[in-house]
Amino acid sequence: MEVNQHSQMATHHDDHAHHGHDHHHEHEESNNFFAKYIFSTDHKMISKQFLITAIFMAFLAMAMSLIFRLQLAWPDTKFPFLEDIIGRWGKDGKLDPGFYLALVTLHGTIMVFFVLTGGLSGTFSNLLIPLQVGARDMASGFLNALSYWFFFVSTVIMCASIFIESGPASAGWTVYPPLSALPQAIPGSGLGMTLWLISMALFIASSLLGGINYITTVLNLRTKGMSMTKLPLTIWAFFITAILGVLSFPVLLAAALLLIFDRSFGTSFYLSDIFIDGAPLDYSGGSPILFQHLFWFLGHPEVYIVLLPALGLASEVISVNARKPIFGYKAMIGSMLVIAFLSFIVWGHHMFVTGMNPFLGSVFVFTTLLVAIPSAVKVFNYLTTLWKGNIQFTPQMMFAMGLVSTFISGGLTGIILGDSTLDINVHDTYFVVAHFHIVMGSSAIFGMFAGVYHWFPRMYGRMMNQKLGYIHFWLTIFGVYGVFFPMHFLGLGGVPRRYYSNTAYEAFGSFVDINVIITAAAFIGGLAQLIFAFNFFYSIWKGKKAVQNPWKSNTLEWTAPVEHLHGNWPGAIPEVHRWPYDYGKPGAKEDFIPQTVPYAETPESNTPDDLKH
Amino acid sequence: MNFLLILAVVFGILVLVRIANVAQMAAELSGESEEDEQDKSNKWNGIGFMMFMILGLALMVYCTIQWMPLTLPVAASEHGVEVDKLMDINWMVLIVVFFITQFLLFWFAYKYRYNRNRRSFYFHDNNKLEAIWTIVPTIVLAGLIVTGLVEWNKITDRAASDKGIKIQIYAKQFDFTARYSNWDNKLGASFFRNITDENPLGVDKNDPASKDDKIAKELVLPVGEEIELMINSRDVIHSVYLPHFRVQMNAVPGMTTRFHFKPTITTAKMKEITGNANFEYILLCNKICGVAHYNMKMPVRVLEKDEYKAWLVKEKKVFEKAPAAPAAPAAADSTSKPVAAAN
Repeated sequence: MEVNQHSQMATHHDDHAHHGHDHHHEHEESNNFFAKYIFSTDHKMISKQFLITAIFMAFLAMAMSLIFRLQLAWPDTKFPFLEDIIGRWGKDGKLDPGFYLALVTLHGTIMVFFVLTGGLSGTFSNLLIPLQVGARDMASGFLNALSYWFFFVSTVIMCASIFIESGPASAGWTVYPPLSALPQAIPGSGLGMTLWLISMALFIASSLLGGINYITTVLNLRTKGMSMTKLPLTIWAFFITAILGVLSFPVLLAAALLLIFDRSFGTSFYLSDIFIDGAPLDYSGGSPILFQHLFWFLGHPEVYIVLLPALGLASEVISVNARKPIFGYKAMIGSMLVIAFLSFIVWGHHMFVTGMNPFLGSVFVFTTLLVAIPSAVKVFNYLTTLWKGNIQFTPQMMFAMGLVSTFISGGLTGIILGDSTLDINVHDTYFVVAHFHIVMGSSAIFGMFAGVYHWFPRMYGRMMNQKLGYIHFWLTIFGVYGVFFPMHFLGLGGVPRRYYSNTAYEAFGSFVDINVIITAAAFIGGLAQLIFAFNFFYSIWKGKKAVQNPWKSNTLEWTAPVEHLHGNWPGAIPEVHRWPYDYGKPGAKEDFIPQTVPYAETPESNTPDDLKH
Repeated sequence: MNFLLILAVVFGILVLVRIANVAQMAAELSGESEEDEQDKSNKWNGIGFMMFMILGLALMVYCTIQWMPLTLPVAASEHGVEVDKLMDINWMVLIVVFFITQFLLFWFAYKYRYNRNRRSFYFHDNNKLEAIWTIVPTIVLAGLIVTGLVEWNKITDRAASDKGIKIQIYAKQFDFTARYSNWDNKLGASFFRNITDENPLGVDKNDPASKDDKIAKELVLPVGEEIELMINSRDVIHSVYLPHFRVQMNAVPGMTTRFHFKPTITTAKMKEITGNANFEYILLCNKICGVAHYNMKMPVRVLEKDEYKAWLVKEKKVFEKAPAAPAAPAAADSTSKPVAAAN
């Protein structure tokens, strides 16, 4: 592989001309299909591998959610086509209650881990870290490729679990034992759960391989002049995210391993005093609460592993499209560091009503609500960045602004859930579902869309269609608020989450109409994603050819030629002279000054501050 | 059916291809430069953001008015009233912040949409502003944290006290059973290895405290009395959720969890308050516990004190007859210690 890389470099120095044509004809450069698409160690190819896999998984998980939304809106109606899609799980057009839980579980697992962790970090850390810090590739291209293939195998195993006889894991994405440990308790805790655990173990390996690579690359491979305080906020976000992942994912692996031991080797880490299926079990002395502590020790940082990259992408996109420097660059970095630190000491807010010591609960209330401070700083900084900007409404800008909107909406309800007193009555209700889908799910996916629209030309050398992008955005934000805003009322009405049907309760009968509205909005949102998928794949082949710097952006990735080459820059790696946010600088000839332009060339716009550098 | 579906999908894709092509062609044919095109998009999307905000906020207010009656009625417990007050305070703060920030976001989007003759304001640092929006949220949050924790301590301190009528809620897939401590206010010990068909809670027959314990498939509570729920599960984690009383506590196998509260409104009174003659309190399982999770519940009634006493007298005891022969000692292994549900 190394040989391959060198030969590519050589080709470039010899002959620039042959990069002028479509990258699909670059066979001479990549030897063959396998070397180019399968065993590639080029970070750009690996990022595309992550992205396409994540898009596939996202559609799978979205389809699952639409199926269970049908059930929730019309619990008494038969949908004969269900039997065509999911076979015996939808016998006679009725969704099986066990499979409903399996769908809920897989929807959560896939979205949180495979789309918003693997997909988001995998795609954009891989694409942007080397390109924006000015490196030829990741510190280890081989580990990077390995990271993708672990990820790929883990997605395959997760998907395979759908097709086994006892059904996939169905104890919820948090897989709390004893439910997840005992096949007697739910069919999904048989082979389905075993596959879930294997898949997650591989996923964690992938995530760690990626994470150490990202950290090393950011620390060691920055180009000349690229000090840490000249890094774009995207890189800071990916860097902090990778540290969070490296510190917290091993704990999830430990939790999963102990669960594997309990399930398969008769240990009692999480199990004690259980009588099920007409017989007492011999487990003794374990605590189910231990699992929750371990799980959420990852689980809460995981929220920020999902969210921080999205915030980083949004920071960059907002600054570029507002043609204005990001406000409070250092405060943005500081708030991300504070959020990251706090994320390790707030996990107990998922456990206020588990019987955990109430004093411990008080401590977690305190640390949890502190998170609101750096989050507020970020929001106000975004708003100030927009203030007196010159805003270009590209689809990526609209999604980035959508992110700010959902980050506010969902963040605010988090203050209620983080308050143990108020959590008592909304814990595990639809209020929680509404909260985290808005603040984490929607914000992160909005950030991901912003990233895809913005860096699509960098990935594929073509532009996505803007008109379809606008339609996609408006339908999506309508769908997001249409689905999740009404859910708050279900939660305040005391409707528990993960219920197959609410018709069993007289009290919840009045919520049927709201459920229909939610499902209708979900289908509109789903339709919008089809438009995106079409736009994405159509533009890969038929999109308008991209110019080198289509968004008039300052960062280094736009100084590399449109055509991909392993090594990113044909000649020497560019040197960096200034921070990445010189947009709209007074006196400058254009409204942007790339990082590669030395201050010596811009006497007309230099400020006294600049001369200190 | 399937054929039609495929046809619809193919048709949909064709339409999208047309839109993509036509949009591109129209732009080229109209002789408009790309910049003109972008100006138009900026204008319309800027207006779109404004419209979305106005219509969205109006719709939110409308829906809130429509749907608030569907949310839980007034809290039927002493601490629940305080919880609701706290909730209202939080909502007031959050809604104000929500409106201000969302308004600024969408208004800036509209107001500062692109104009090629204008430059943005090069403004990237201001320590005073940063300090303001660090300190102001800190103060507001400090207020919310303190009021929340004061209430939390009040609620959980009740649990530290030993007052209250002891009632065990025993959860299993997929139902709840209530065990009433009756006149001695002591619940006999229970242990999972004692469980038989006749003794589904595994109560210890030899514990004198269990002699008068009563058992029922509904939770009946006297109004105005402190209640101590002692919560156990025999198989997986369940959650005892009494939304009308603002009470929730998980049922965890291998340990006893507790929740103290005082019901303040009888079922009959609540029927008047809600104007719903069919109103009933309910206890729901609120932790995913298996396939029939959604069907796991127990009816709850709050009665006047004398009604409660009259009701309890008629309920059946855990051990109706004195055991003919002493029960075989539980085959407990030495490593596991019985979990006493009583103190």
